[in-house]
Amino acid sequence: MKDAYDVVVVGAGPGGSNTARVAAEHGLEVLLLEKRPEIGAPKRCGEGFSVNGAKTLGIKPDPRWTINEIWGANIVAPNGRRVSVRYEKQVGWVIERKMFDKLLAIEAARAGAEVLARSEVVGLVMQDGFVRGVEVERHGERLTVEAKIVVAADGVESKVARWAGIDSTQRLVDIDSAYQYEMVVDLEEPDMLDLYFGNDIAPRGYVWVFPKGKDVANVGIGIGGNVSTRTAKQYLDEWIAKHEPFNEGRIIEVNAGGVPVGAPLEKLVANGLMVVGDAAHQVNAIHGGGVFEASFAGQLAGRVAAEAIERGDVSEAMLMKYDREWRAARGEILHRIYKLRRAIEQLSDEDLNYLAEQLTGEDVVAFANGERLGKLAKILMKRPHLIKAAKELM
Amino acid sequence: MPRKVDYDLCMSCGGCVGVCPFLALTLEHGIKLIVDEERCTDCGSCTRFCPVGAIREA
Repeated sequence: MKDAYDVVVVGAGPGGSNTARVAAEHGLEVLLLEKRPEIGAPKRCGEGFSVNGAKTLGIKPDPRWTINEIWGANIVAPNGRRVSVRYEKQVGWVIERKMFDKLLAIEAARAGAEVLARSEVVGLVMQDGFVRGVEVERHGERLTVEAKIVVAADGVESKVARWAGIDSTQRLVDIDSAYQYEMVVDLEEPDMLDLYFGNDIAPRGYVWVFPKGKDVANVGIGIGGNVSTRTAKQYLDEWIAKHEPFNEGRIIEVNAGGVPVGAPLEKLVANGLMVVGDAAHQVNAIHGGGVFEASFAGQLAGRVAAEAIERGDVSEAMLMKYDREWRAARGEILHRIYKLRRAIEQLSDEDLNYLAEQLTGEDVVAFANGERLGKLAKILMKRPHLIKAAKELM
Repeated sequence: MPRKVDYDLCMSCGGCVGVCPFLALTLEHGIKLIVDEERCTDCGSCTRFCPVGAIREA
């Protein structure tokens, strides 16, 4: 580790590693710091990833992480009614996140970035209203590292942006509390994602069964951070106890986590600082997926960082280019998806059962991508008590 | 009184660190959750969020 870099990236998840790789490919001197001893672990993720997402990001599928093909999904209403969609081609994978994250960090290193695990950023160096560097704790030593730009990719537990005056606090109404098992269990349809909805099953969220092979699955739950006095673990254990064959599943891994499901931050930059990924609340608020969003934002942040440093201007005004381009590409759609989440969380189980009768699987997948919301609004309008929710969608 | 962590239950997921409005929580090395007793206001946000019920009133 040197005393000074062009860019210091805090956090080696998909957002941080993509930022670091792209910035290094543009010739910048980059330091990528991860506080945990192992990049990619523990995972806090359902591990779904789409073929289209990989294409958009230019990430080449690698058999070390594309461990199971996904061709469609079953969405299960509270009354058990299944709304299914199976496409004519493969649409995604369930991935091995630990390997995915590690390979992204390896790519960043190969591009020339310096990567350091178990190195924790404990403070920022501020001067004249600019972020000028970070304080790092590494194996008992405390060091100061200068940076022209610091990238806060420190995830759901984000603090870096807050130290610089951007309020990235995860409000309880806008975070899901999540819990998850990886288990060995015989699966009926190993190429389909299963999602179970219901206010008693998972208030403001869902239970997922994402197959990682014919007899291994990522089985998890997300519930609203503010909606219950019971824990995510209690909800998931109750669901598993009631559902064969999962109640006989052999648990090989246990994880917990928080999923930002609010609107994206109103401002992604400050003087000498860019915020990326979960820290910037760049997540799909309906399904909670963040790997694509963080990676996309990170690549953009890396390009803008290179431009800013080439021009010798790391002011907020210059870095706003990242904010503007991100909002045009992803911000508006994520905001629409956030509004959809706010509408859907008002629905009772009876409403959800009614929706399941009216909708196709294609509809549900479209909604999750922020599309066909007019159709959803029309269906909600037919129920007088949902007119308010419907109007919020328009 | 500041909140207390039950280390037998805590999974070190870090979600509470992002939730805390007072920057009172730190996940040291990504492993050990520490409550800053000076900053904690006992608001209970972390307790409500925690997926496993690991943060309690003192």
